Amino acid sequence: MRTAQVMAEQDLPGLLIMGIGGTHGVQESLAALLKKHFSVITMKELLENKKEVGKKIQCIFVSEFRPTIDQELLESLPNLKVIGNSGVGVDHLNLKMISNFGVRVTNTPHAVADSTADMGMALMLASARRLVEGSQIAVSPDTNYFAADWLGVEVTRATLGIIGMGRIGYKVAQRARAFEMKILYHNRNRRSQEEEQAVGACYSEMEDLLQQSDFVMLVVNLTPQTEKLIGKKELGLMKPTATLINISRGAVIDQDALVEALQNKTIKAAALDVTYPEPLPRNHPLLKLNNVIITPHIGTATVQATHMMAEEAIANMLSVLNCQPIPSEVFPQ
Amino acid sequence: MEAQELPCVLIDCIGGKHGVYEDHAEFLKERFCLITMKEYLENKNFLGKKIRAIYMWYHKPVINEELLQSLPNLKIVASSGVGIDHLDLSLLSSYGVKVSNTPFIVSTDTADLGMALMLASSRRLVEGHQMAISPDTEYFPADWLGAEVSGATLGIIGMGTIGYKVAERAKAFEMKILYHNRKQRNKEEERAVGATYCKKIDDLLQQADFVMLVVNLTPQTHKLIGKRELQLMKPTAILINISRGLVVDQDALVEALQNKVIKAAALDVTYPEPLPRLDIFFKFNRSECVCCKIRKSL
Repeated sequence: MRTAQVMAEQDLPGLLIMGIGGTHGVQESLAALLKKHFSVITMKELLENKKEVGKKIQCIFVSEFRPTIDQELLESLPNLKVIGNSGVGVDHLNLKMISNFGVRVTNTPHAVADSTADMGMALMLASARRLVEGSQIAVSPDTNYFAADWLGVEVTRATLGIIGMGRIGYKVAQRARAFEMKILYHNRNRRSQEEEQAVGACYSEMEDLLQQSDFVMLVVNLTPQTEKLIGKKELGLMKPTATLINISRGAVIDQDALVEALQNKTIKAAALDVTYPEPLPRNHPLLKLNNVIITPHIGTATVQATHMMAEEAIANMLSVLNCQPIPSEVFPQ
Repeated sequence: MEAQELPCVLIDCIGGKHGVYEDHAEFLKERFCLITMKEYLENKNFLGKKIRAIYMWYHKPVINEELLQSLPNLKIVASSGVGIDHLDLSLLSSYGVKVSNTPFIVSTDTADLGMALMLASSRRLVEGHQMAISPDTEYFPADWLGAEVSGATLGIIGMGTIGYKVAERAKAFEMKILYHNRKQRNKEEERAVGATYCKKIDDLLQQADFVMLVVNLTPQTHKLIGKRELQLMKPTAILINISRGLVVDQDALVEALQNKVIKAAALDVTYPEPLPRLDIFFKFNRSECVCCKIRKSL
């Protein structure tokens, strides 16, 4: 029985992953899922026997940006067909280089949408209502009363400007609508009238959106076009009472300009799930500002989302190996 | 001359830790002659007769029998906020004084905060922020996860104005919504938010991933959530309280959190407020319990 089992495992296509468990590896439960469809090989196993093991690898499962895909790795994997990324952002992958090796790249746009939209809402609400600060006051050893004149700002009926109205941005709009928010959005392409009406969203030029919004939420992917999309000029256009929320990538914001804007009260606050780099250097000014909430890139850090991402990546990778239509392939620009 | 014709309203004070805000005092003065407690106490005999209303802000001034006896022309106590558990209603009634609250204006902000606490707790936002800014952080671990709000089951205990607004918001997160209330809402109201009535609170407690308390404090809801109710909850469930601290048996809650009978709690209200600092240190582990006091917004 055992021999048959081992043989069956060896018939499965080889899949390279960073590792299993620990602080950087794939979760045990997800590794078990991967093992149902692939012969799972860790980086350590590959490095111990590059020549023999390298030939077996047909897929790579990239999770939390690991393993790093560089020229050297690609050269050692002659039978590599596909890189299945866990997550929707692929800015950490050199798509052109990978394409030159004849390797396809897939991502997981469906699995990430709900949890990332939820995170955007969580950051907006936490920032508006000063939740982190309030929590600190409530538990501080120095607190002996709660001041009556300690206020946040209202989310209900405020104006939310969504920059990037893809899958995630649209889910944010659906959620914000229930808070009776006025929703403006800016996107490369305008959505259909039905889609706009369904969430009560108005298409806006960037400038108008920045000038009118109480909350500006960044929900774009990182490309050469969106790098430093929000800089000094854009921050200057925002209301001094406005909050900037980022659930995209850190590099979408000119971080130095953001620090200056927050210090000079050009805008009121920021709530960032993403920065550049992650984590920020410990002496970075953003860490010291009391009108900033930073979370450690946890937009998809839920038990449910990570599971769905693995499943979506598995389906994508198998479709490549089986020469079937690929649900979510990404191409170099 | 005109100011003297305006009806006189007693308030605690203006400004400071607990007083009526300066800009609120401005628009109150357009309609009323405001008398602070200090002014009243300095001239009880003259001013007592003039006072026809008390405007309560943050539960002050405190109203007792002595005060009521010295305000023969008092008609109404207008309390800011919807909760009136701080008032002795039968005492006021016996003096023929009416009581009013502000149920509508508080509803959306309170519902927003309920959602904020649910999201923050589920996604471990406060903990995450502390990790992100901590001087000891060198990397973000991959095995650090929260739980999803979208698609989860929310049990709303108390489906009044605020509870219903919570349901409206939760629906947009595709949550399954259960509710328990003294009275069942009508079918259209239930359908509009996709809420299912649980006549027995036990059914709600056993199924919910998030239990949110949105009741007012009365003798019937005092310690509504105690050891028995906490044990009925899932070990993965989170308790959220935006009602009053006394709706929860706090000692039972501490025990349930320490023994992992439930996963976490997020409380905008406690009893008392603030909690004694030793209770915070010894009983409430900060990572399991988000405590705030942030009902109000501008």
